[in-house]
Amino acid sequence: MRITQGTFSYLPDLSREQIAAQINYCLEQGWAVSIEYTDDPHPRNTYWEMFGMPMFDIQDAAGVMVEVDRALSEFPEYYIKVNAFDSTHGWETVRLSFIINRPGEEPGFRLDRLEAEGRTIRYSTHTYAGQNPAGARYGRGETA
Amino acid sequence: MGNQETQQSSERYRAGVLKYSQMGYWQPDYEPAETDVIALFRISPQEGVDPEEAAAAVAGESSTATWTVVWTDRLTACDRYRAKAYRVDPVPGAPDQYFAYIAYDLDLFEGGSIANLTASIIGNVFGFKPLKALRLEDMRIPVAYVKTFDGPPTGIVVERERLDKFGRPLLGATVKPKLGLSGKNYGRVVYEALRGGLDFTKDDENINSQPFMHWRERFLYCMEAVNRAQAVSGEVKGHYLNVTAATMEDMYERAEFARELGSVIIMIDLVIGYTAIQSMAKWARRNDMILHLHRAGHSTYTRQKNHGVSFRVISKWMRLAGVDHIHAGTVVGKLEGDPNSVQGFYNVLREDHNPVDLQRGLFFEQDWAGLNKVMPVASGGIHAGQMHQLLHYLGEDVVLQFGGGTIGHPMGIAAGATANRVALEAMVLARNEGRDIWNEGPDILKAAAKQCRPLEAALDTWGEITFDYTSTDTPDFVPTATAS
Repeated sequence: MRITQGTFSYLPDLSREQIAAQINYCLEQGWAVSIEYTDDPHPRNTYWEMFGMPMFDIQDAAGVMVEVDRALSEFPEYYIKVNAFDSTHGWETVRLSFIINRPGEEPGFRLDRLEAEGRTIRYSTHTYAGQNPAGARYGRGETA
Repeated sequence: MGNQETQQSSERYRAGVLKYSQMGYWQPDYEPAETDVIALFRISPQEGVDPEEAAAAVAGESSTATWTVVWTDRLTACDRYRAKAYRVDPVPGAPDQYFAYIAYDLDLFEGGSIANLTASIIGNVFGFKPLKALRLEDMRIPVAYVKTFDGPPTGIVVERERLDKFGRPLLGATVKPKLGLSGKNYGRVVYEALRGGLDFTKDDENINSQPFMHWRERFLYCMEAVNRAQAVSGEVKGHYLNVTAATMEDMYERAEFARELGSVIIMIDLVIGYTAIQSMAKWARRNDMILHLHRAGHSTYTRQKNHGVSFRVISKWMRLAGVDHIHAGTVVGKLEGDPNSVQGFYNVLREDHNPVDLQRGLFFEQDWAGLNKVMPVASGGIHAGQMHQLLHYLGEDVVLQFGGGTIGHPMGIAAGATANRVALEAMVLARNEGRDIWNEGPDILKAAAKQCRPLEAALDTWGEITFDYTSTDTPDFVPTATAS
């Protein structure tokens, strides 16, 4: 299955040019771009690993793309996303976040049900890949 | 203390009837204080009633006055408690109508109470005989009063963080048919729409607990659908569980059950009343719940321009009362909505600070003093083929709800959802790339449809559908018709 978190997951995977165009848009808005990666794509895994700090001081998309390329080559079998952070008063949050890389195979999630009283069911979502330890979940898992 | 001129004289308080303007309710020299609540009314005086007297009457009847002089005024700091009409302007293009500006001292209102605020401002005065009609057009809520309200329990920023959804409008759909489905069949629609790509599905305003579907049945099946859809997409999903009911006790019971089942959002209808809305807002705040408000009933008093309450005022009251979502118009869909007026509502709901913007019907500067932002919801007769117009008019902090436009898709509900999601993502991508979506929108959709059969089918089915009628509720400073 294809995990559809992020702003553009229903579109075909973005090309390098398309990624750069979005980064350019973010920089024009005055947002700081950052890169995060994970091998635990649970919908409520809020804290993906940071690939370095948010790039507060990089002004051009080409500079950010250097880091994007570095992340792609270091973590080819991980989920990688680009975030844009807006520090404007009243926002102070992420304004755009899109996946730019995903593992070759995405086995998806198992839904567990615990039957409780009054027909109530407690639900719990598990990644199939999450049964393996971090760093050995997708593909060859060569990098941790 | 008080005005030393005529007010304190025995003459002023002699038993009998005075004009409202003579009683101190018309004060053209008055400078509103920073802490005053200011209301702007559109007044249509009866024949022979001059506009200043009509404005003074509105000020009087919405504050301290009764029809005759009462000596007991002299036991109070009555000068302070009197609302003051301080400005009357003719309405452009409407010879018998006037805009009356009226200022109210902050002490006239109980902190944090929409019920109290509205009992004064729209309490008795709308039935007042010397006026043919009366409309509350706008209000300035002073920061001192804003700060007595909790506002939206979640707000746009935190809602997005909780859902992990950024940079694009959210997508929803109302389950159809709105009445008659059993719980099990209803949940099927929810599951299909969410797994196809929507973020939310929604109960309709009149889905409560009817013979065909008891509320618990609905909640249980909907949460099964939500959890299944989360597992097949890896995304957080939600269904607005409508907890509207006959009593607060019933509503609390339903809200508690929604919480127990792990729902991220509940829903109420405007018809439950301002106090009930504020109670549910406090409950939502205590329970980390997003609170969705359907504006059921509002058109009975918001739509006609000469009488009632403008929806921009309702928007302000609801931001203070504390809802996270509110239906606020689509511009292009099947329901009333002039583009400028609707953008005015959206600005009231979403901005930190509203400047005066007469073209959008905003008469006052409004500082929201850090109150959370409300996510507007665009719902009613919209479809994927309008995506560029929706993004252009409404921006990205909005929930776009395609009910018929999802469920009526020729390839099924999930395909309908996918069509909407692909159209949306393609349009946001193109906009961010710097393309002119207003003009290139149809081409962008066609290109996206080449790689998405459901979008192609949606465009074939609805591409040409528009609701091109002239709006009733338009701003007075730019006459416009609804664009298609």
